[in-house]
Amino acid sequence: MRRRVIFDNKVLPYVLVAPQLAVTLVFFFWPAGQAIYQSVLLQDPFGLRTQFVWFENFTTVLRDPLYLGSMRVTAIFSTAVTLFSMGAGLLFATMADARIRAVHVYRTLMTWPYAVAPAVSAVLWLFIFHPSIGILGRALLGLGIPWDYKLNGVQALILVILAASWKQVSYNFLFFLAGLQSIPRSVVEAATMDAGPGRRFWSIILPLLSPTTFFLLVVNIVYAFFDTFGVIHALTGGGPAKATETLIYKVFTDGVINLDLGSSSAQSVILLLIVVTLTALQFKYVERKVHY
Amino acid sequence: MAAPARSERWIPHFVLAVGVAIFVFPIYFALIGSTHEASVIGRGEMPLTPGRHLIENYAQAWNLGSPVHTMLTNSFLMAMAITVGKIAISLLSAYAVVFFAFPLRMLFFWMIFITLMLPVEVRIIPTYKVVSDLGMINSFSGLTVPLIASATATLLFRQVFMTIPDELVEAAKIDGAGAMRFFWTILLPLSRTNIAALFVILFIYGWNQYLWPLLITSSREMETIVIGIVKMIGTGDAQTDWQIIMATTIFALIPPVAVILFMQHWFVKGLIETEK
Repeated sequence: MRRRVIFDNKVLPYVLVAPQLAVTLVFFFWPAGQAIYQSVLLQDPFGLRTQFVWFENFTTVLRDPLYLGSMRVTAIFSTAVTLFSMGAGLLFATMADARIRAVHVYRTLMTWPYAVAPAVSAVLWLFIFHPSIGILGRALLGLGIPWDYKLNGVQALILVILAASWKQVSYNFLFFLAGLQSIPRSVVEAATMDAGPGRRFWSIILPLLSPTTFFLLVVNIVYAFFDTFGVIHALTGGGPAKATETLIYKVFTDGVINLDLGSSSAQSVILLLIVVTLTALQFKYVERKVHY
Repeated sequence: MAAPARSERWIPHFVLAVGVAIFVFPIYFALIGSTHEASVIGRGEMPLTPGRHLIENYAQAWNLGSPVHTMLTNSFLMAMAITVGKIAISLLSAYAVVFFAFPLRMLFFWMIFITLMLPVEVRIIPTYKVVSDLGMINSFSGLTVPLIASATATLLFRQVFMTIPDELVEAAKIDGAGAMRFFWTILLPLSRTNIAALFVILFIYGWNQYLWPLLITSSREMETIVIGIVKMIGTGDAQTDWQIIMATTIFALIPPVAVILFMQHWFVKGLIETEK
């Protein structure tokens, strides 16, 4: 990866990397090390004595029904968010890739929700689905549906999935559109000779999009795992009765509210392993499939 | 290729129009909500059309106890510091890794690269502890510096720098340009569009931060607009001043949406290039 022609200077390169390296060491490696270190220690509730306990924090966490419940919530939540935002993104991208007028206008109108913060998206949907003041919340009640996301766990989960997916569609739309536009016209035109639009989509376009799809799959899972903290914090606070407490939300409650460092660190390390696995998978797969 | 049948021509327009409507839907109600009185919204009788309290509500939101413009300024400064900081340190480190040969070069590169796998949320509690040990809680540097290191930006600039032809570097050296002169007068101008693209992505990333400012800032003077809005909701009952919250939400949406709309070309370019 180095260039053939380079500058010779013994000191300058170290000066140049120093700022980034300093920030990386202090705010990435030190805390990550601390998380791993804390995850094998047990502290008494008063913080007076600390004991090395091997993997006890991990076994405690993985046996904790609350943690397993939070895993279940995360699985449902991230599957739903990924499916909805990718599905809608692909649908709109396919439509915008059709040779129609005003494609640029649509593209602009579909791009801006990316700018909405997850927490702000939550506030916008809260205003609509609030049981007593929200326009749709009241409409649901009017239809005889007992709508109250503050008491009903399933409804709460539906609402956070909606708020989290809504703002993520733009991202998927842009990547799918870029993917579709990189498919050579000649391939698509050849396929029109002997296949209808449905068949053409499933057996020609979708397979050619697989690198984009796989990439987006990983990005969306990571988004649903971590970036949606704001949505949940603003809408439900993990409730009711932990129905919307995802893994990252639990790290927050256990570490910041309950001050259980050992458990929170063990949870962080588990999350870390999940991210590393996902990123590694992505690199392996995208690297191999990028030239089709 | 045969012209698409008539039915195939209106389907895309229809589907896209529905999509756009779904996107605009919550914004429309936020706008409507910000033009009515608290009592009308509180009774659940908000009409579907704008009310007559627009100026009054926005003026009140702007002048509230914890003024919205302080929060907007905080968000803007935070987003700018993260954006400029990330771009600056990434340009420098990418330059070192690509244009110099020195011991530990690959180690440094991998140390930066691996941070790609550590989003701030994963290491949130220990990072908070480090920042607290350094006495940086409730400080602007505590809010921004830990978010500045970025493997993404470094990787992007590394890729850009690799495509610069050797002849150009040769020529600059023959003309007597030193390493820093080359960086300022040749490399930076050549990376302009990439810097612009990255700027859009990072500004939005910075503006929309939530968990980190929530932990690091407890004083009201430090509050960002996104955190401020969520705090205004409080318990979220009918007595809440929804019209003010909605007006504030509109204020919070204007800067990042404007950045995306006015720099759309660079935004799309930056998004696709940084992630791939």
